[in-house]
Amino acid sequence: MKTFKLIAAAALVSGFLGGVAQAQHAHELAIPPRNEWSFAGPFGKFDKTQLQRGFKVYKEVCANCHSINLLAFRNLGEAGGPGFSQGQVKALASTFKIKDGPNDAGDMFEREGRPADRWPSPFPNKQAAAAANGGALPPDFSVIAKARTYPRDFPWFLVDMFTQYQEHGVDYITALLLGYSDDTHGVEVPAGKYYNTYFPGNIISMPKPLNDGQVEYIKGADGRSQVPETVEQYSKDVSAFLMWAAEPQLEKRKETGFKAIAFLIVLAGLLYFTKKKIWARIEDHHSQA
Amino acid sequence: MSGHSTYVPKSAIGRWFESRLPIMGLIHSSFVVFPNPRNLNYYWTFGGILAFMLVSQILTGVVLAMHYVANVDLAFNSVEHIMRDVNYGWMLRYLHANGASMFFVAVYVHIARGLYYGSYKEPREVLWILGVIIFLLMMATAFMGYVLPWGQMSFWGATVITNLFSALPGVGETIVTYLWGGFSVGNPTLNRFFSLHYLLPFMIAGVVVLHVWALHVPGSNNPAGIEKKTDKDTLPFHPYFTVKDAFAVVCFLIFFCWFAFYIPNYLGHADNYIEANPAVTPSHIVPEWYFLPFYAILRAVPDKLLGVLAMFGSIAILVFLPWLDSSKVRSGSYRPAFQVFFWVFVANAIVLGWLGGKPPEGLYVHASRLCTLYYFAYFIVILPLLGKFERTRPLPASIAEAVLGTSGSASAMAGSVAASPNTKG
Amino acid sequence: MTDVATTAAEHTRRDFLFIATGAAGAVAAASAIWPFVSQMAPDADTIAAGAPVEFDLTPVAEGQIVKLFWRGKLIFVRHRTKTEIKTAVETDVASLRDPEADSVRVKAGKSQWLVVYGNCTHLGCVPLGNDGAFNGWLCPCHGSVFDTSGRIRQGPAPTNLPVPPYEFVSDQKIRIG
Repeated sequence: MKTFKLIAAAALVSGFLGGVAQAQHAHELAIPPRNEWSFAGPFGKFDKTQLQRGFKVYKEVCANCHSINLLAFRNLGEAGGPGFSQGQVKALASTFKIKDGPNDAGDMFEREGRPADRWPSPFPNKQAAAAANGGALPPDFSVIAKARTYPRDFPWFLVDMFTQYQEHGVDYITALLLGYSDDTHGVEVPAGKYYNTYFPGNIISMPKPLNDGQVEYIKGADGRSQVPETVEQYSKDVSAFLMWAAEPQLEKRKETGFKAIAFLIVLAGLLYFTKKKIWARIEDHHSQA
Repeated sequence: MSGHSTYVPKSAIGRWFESRLPIMGLIHSSFVVFPNPRNLNYYWTFGGILAFMLVSQILTGVVLAMHYVANVDLAFNSVEHIMRDVNYGWMLRYLHANGASMFFVAVYVHIARGLYYGSYKEPREVLWILGVIIFLLMMATAFMGYVLPWGQMSFWGATVITNLFSALPGVGETIVTYLWGGFSVGNPTLNRFFSLHYLLPFMIAGVVVLHVWALHVPGSNNPAGIEKKTDKDTLPFHPYFTVKDAFAVVCFLIFFCWFAFYIPNYLGHADNYIEANPAVTPSHIVPEWYFLPFYAILRAVPDKLLGVLAMFGSIAILVFLPWLDSSKVRSGSYRPAFQVFFWVFVANAIVLGWLGGKPPEGLYVHASRLCTLYYFAYFIVILPLLGKFERTRPLPASIAEAVLGTSGSASAMAGSVAASPNTKG
Repeated sequence: MTDVATTAAEHTRRDFLFIATGAAGAVAAASAIWPFVSQMAPDADTIAAGAPVEFDLTPVAEGQIVKLFWRGKLIFVRHRTKTEIKTAVETDVASLRDPEADSVRVKAGKSQWLVVYGNCTHLGCVPLGNDGAFNGWLCPCHGSVFDTSGRIRQGPAPTNLPVPPYEFVSDQKIRIG
């Protein structure tokens, strides 16, 4: 078809222009490698045990600096999440002191956490968080898996539309956590800053947060963890956890989407034949569309 | 909306009511017995698809407004509250956000169809201009809607777009301050954008009524571009076109659902999941994909005022199109030379969209200028001159002949999705 | 304009097609409407926030009425005097519009504590405490009168002030919800 040819030609021309323009950039950003995620694709589901591991990494490491303001304790026990029991959620919440008030005397007070409470922030406010971290504010983790991405150039961004590749954020976060290196590739790193292959500009304020064996995973029957306790595994697990935290309704969304689309295809088929039948009523009908 | 109706209700109550408010007769004459050209191809279903999308956007929007809070401290979290806690909130929000994009996909196909088949020509000039007004209202609505989640792109998009008006000499700064309700984009801005975002869709609905009214005076244009003459040329709207439109709407819904359920953030920007921060501009700021061609035109011009004028001019010029095109032949199907220029125009618009998502540097700028030049040349040079020089193919004697004489436009549907200027930055 | 030669079998098939399409369309419309209805119900956040609240009774003096909220609803906690309890208990239950003995409206052995919802059962206004002919509550909107057990005695309200679900977790502490 003529239409297709012309659009293909336009696409090719733009792709060529893009290639040339790209070559003008002196330094390229490293592209995060793609990982296998259980929640990718049309039938994607979170791996509950992975979310639980990721939550442990967040709780023991990340939570010291990074808030996750939109996460309520109750979320950890809700459908489509890490699948903690109501008892576990209650017990976890009660280990936290939540500031409440004012009471009748006008004083703020601390009480035991409840499942409805949000995860308490490690710092009282943004200024305090920045001040405690050398002036760099540790970003909130509530939706960070959706707030991070990396550029996908032509034609990949078009391909993503069909392959449903939507895991740019988690791939980036995983790569970032694994992207610390002593070899700075000639980049001058100021004191108190660190080199990271995947961070835009390569200079990051966060020191390497994870080390092998740092977080203890639940042991299996043989007394060993089911997965390696390595930085790579930690990074993937915490990324998966962050994806869930950013999109807790992901499973429900994909399930509903499948049902909706399957049903609409049937309806479209029925309508197509109905339309054909009705248009066949025309007496002088030929092969009209 | 075709005026006089011969509709007589069957029941006595119906007749009593009809003699006092002849609304059933209006519906009957406009959407049941209305004679439509029988040769309409699937590009003509996009009017129905757009009507469906407008209703869908208003319904999801009204419901979202029940949960959204238009306050700079609460807006971002209220959207996330919808995503997490409200029953089906995630679905309603993703349908609404992606629905805006789908609305533009459909409107661009609809506009391209009008451009190709000469639907803007006499006697449909007013119909066309009403369409341009709807398009402008859609753009304003979409822009203000994108500000509401109060993410980084919302904030900086609002800042950049409102600052366009500061280019106007003398009054520019004052206008911008009035738009903001302050000295920067802030809470008053968010609040009024919410108010207007709620209002404008109903204004669109109002202009759509006029659009349909103006359509029903001469009736639909058609792929042959010749007017209907006898009853053999037409078919009643119902059931022939209602069922055809329904089929097209459901097919479009499948496309829509693919985005809303499987890749809901594909057409958005990751930066908009970062709450607005007036102290930090995202490193790469681009508007939504449907604005990209116009954004590219804005940046192609090195002068601030001229850039703004070029951008607004690129839409305003559509108003004059009925008088710029000198061809006596309406449909592009019978204008071989026109077809070449038209498809280059479509490709050019897509490339402009792609360029709008690229940083304004190096070759991109030069390419943008070239494409901007062609965009305007198409309207100001090519269409006025082409009609005087081109050799057109002979027109069929009637619509019926166009249908029965050739195998015609049976394959037209296949290209409908490909023709949408669907790009991403 | 059906062809004369069309057979009855074809007719049936056509009718079936139309009915199937119509039915599928109706199902699609109905499923599309459901999310719009469902979103009106209390969201997960609101439901979670309705967790039980604890209230310490120690600071409430005899004769005092304290207001507190559970699930956004107003609740009266009334520390009743001996006289108030007496009149409440001695009222002839059969004569009441909404017959309920005082004993079923308080916890056994804790008859000095009356815990009731604080909105008039007529149309939801907040009645004024220690007021009205029975010294219980008087609703300022339409004149409903409640006694010291929160039971309706006069005026348009149809039922007694309901007792919310609560229990004593200790001698001086209740948990509502």
